[in-house]
Amino acid sequence: MFDYLEKQLPKLILAPTAIVTLVCMYGFIGWTAALSFTKSRMLPQWDFVGWHQYERLFANPRWHVALDNLLVFTVLFIVIALFLGLMLAILLDRNIRNDGALRTIYLYPMAVSFIVTGTAWKWILNPGLGIEKMVRDLGFTDFEFRWLVDPDMAIYTIVIAAVWQSSGFVMAMFLSGLRGVDDSLIKAAQMDGASVFRTYWHVILPVMRPVFFGAVVILSHIAIKSFDLVQSLTGGGPGYASDLPATFMYTHAFSRAQMGLGAASAMVMLAGVMAIIVPYLYSELRGKKS
Amino acid sequence: MNTKLTGLALATMMAAAPSVQAGEVEVLHYWTSGGEAASVAFLKDQLAASGVDWVDFAVAGGAGESAATVLKSRAISGNPPTAAQIKGPSIQDWGELGFLTSIDDVAQANNWDEILPEVVSNVMKYEGKYVAAPVNVHRVNWLWANPEVFRKAGATIPTTWDDFMVQAQKLKDAGYIALAHGGQAWQDATVFEAVVLGVGGADYYNKAFVQADMDALNSATTKEVFETFGQLRQFVDINSPGRDWNLATSMVINGEAGMQIMGDWAKGEFKVAGMNPGTDYVCVAAPGTSGAYTFNVDSFAFFNQSDADNTQAQKVMAKEILSTDFQRVFNLNKGSIPARLGMARTEFDSCAHDSMDAFVASSASGSLVPSFAHGMAVSEAVSGAIYDSATQFFNSDDSAEAGVAALVAAVAAAK
Repeated sequence: MFDYLEKQLPKLILAPTAIVTLVCMYGFIGWTAALSFTKSRMLPQWDFVGWHQYERLFANPRWHVALDNLLVFTVLFIVIALFLGLMLAILLDRNIRNDGALRTIYLYPMAVSFIVTGTAWKWILNPGLGIEKMVRDLGFTDFEFRWLVDPDMAIYTIVIAAVWQSSGFVMAMFLSGLRGVDDSLIKAAQMDGASVFRTYWHVILPVMRPVFFGAVVILSHIAIKSFDLVQSLTGGGPGYASDLPATFMYTHAFSRAQMGLGAASAMVMLAGVMAIIVPYLYSELRGKKS
Repeated sequence: MNTKLTGLALATMMAAAPSVQAGEVEVLHYWTSGGEAASVAFLKDQLAASGVDWVDFAVAGGAGESAATVLKSRAISGNPPTAAQIKGPSIQDWGELGFLTSIDDVAQANNWDEILPEVVSNVMKYEGKYVAAPVNVHRVNWLWANPEVFRKAGATIPTTWDDFMVQAQKLKDAGYIALAHGGQAWQDATVFEAVVLGVGGADYYNKAFVQADMDALNSATTKEVFETFGQLRQFVDINSPGRDWNLATSMVINGEAGMQIMGDWAKGEFKVAGMNPGTDYVCVAAPGTSGAYTFNVDSFAFFNQSDADNTQAQKVMAKEILSTDFQRVFNLNKGSIPARLGMARTEFDSCAHDSMDAFVASSASGSLVPSFAHGMAVSEAVSGAIYDSATQFFNSDDSAEAGVAALVAAVAAAK
């Protein structure tokens, strides 16, 4: 009896979490999927209309703006955050003095919520309050930096704020990766007379492949679910120029009584996340077996 | 152990269950700012005097978006509040879903059909029966101006859109921001609405933006509207995107900017700054709309209740909302005018007097129209589509033709 209990104990302990996950995650994903095929407006209604909401969604110019923005934002955000994070990590790894203090400085933005980041950058980038005004006050009266209020450039201000927030975290990931690289490998490379650059490029970075992978997955899901940063930095504006799918979904499902359309956009977002996560899981699980 | 737990569970359940008392109203509202909260407290005291308990259910957040979300979830779970702050066509939506209860007996007993203007009472009725009670009437098509700025720039307060461009240019040349504006979708829509009414007139407004008639939307008048609206871009300062409406108002108060187009809630800002209407600031109808009136009416809709005492309390509340005392106190605080006609007006300021006169006059002439920028005219889906096209147009260099095409496509898709 006792043995039986002991065997079952892990399952028993995990059961509540599993049930909550099943209901609250997968159950509601299913619920949203079902809603996206109905004509629900203010409240859920179960009149099924097939792919109608998806057709409406892709006929909506605002949705295309949101998708384009997501692509620009995700690619730039991941590439720049990875590059900056890696550079910071490599420089900090050169045994400089006070690296602990520096590490803390770069990591601190992570402790701030995206709402605070967005609000601070809204002021920094505002032409009448922030950088433009400061440089003009220094005497460069023709200086212009108006990305925040320019519909074509607003999305890049979101990239700036997001990179500022996240590159410290990427740095920490890479730093722990670098510290974990076997010293003998580096020594061997040095013995062979490899330059510092070649040592990193050919020896150390390939060893850190899993860290890259982890960073990309974490950054890409941050990018896809970005909502609070956009709300506080640009509010999706000017106009709807910096809308992202998450803000689009919220607006339509909750404040415009277009629940079916909102659900459809949520499902498209889910498909986007799956497109990244599934290959990752596949390679991870396959890697464990071999 | 076991009995203890059961006891605890029972106690928790009992505490969680709604306490049933004689006469209680649970009111969902989003009036949380200073003046608004004071007005709500007054209603609470009035009800207490009639023996009705008030359970406050305030959900903060701007134009009531969060409140609406909470209301939906409460209604779906079969536990709606007694009354909720809902307005415009949403009342019809809730009525259609079968959630609202008729308070027609209260209305008949208190002559609501006579004390309320017809445009307002129509909004409060679902299938001919009153299901909601109006608390106030806001006029949206106001132009607020700083006369000091106008004097310094040698400009005069414009009364038509053509004149507006001339005077605004003068203000701009004198180094002022001509039009104080916050680049948020609803503010863009508020200005757009004033242009629609000023350029197209009330008939066009009703056809195109209340009935959402596609032919009226896809017309030469709409193109003219977009041309005028597009001309306004040059009079707004570069920092406007994302600015809150009250910050724009304070630019007029400080003399940084000459004018703002905003509903009469802006008056509260001038009042707090210690400015007097007529001398320190001027309120006139938005250009070309002096005989017309875009109204925005706040109201409480009443939900079906299972408890008979609460139904009774609901009726007391409905009656109290239309009482002269509440209408007077509430609207003095909020800057709007009472929804019921024929009230003593001495305590109200000159802007409110103008608003009352225009309300009666425009209601007689047929130029009293519901505000689409404030959810009074069309469904949320259609007003969202109008918001999108107006804000996208105002924040781009699109031509008037492109603006019309985008608007027509968006409204057609949302219908």
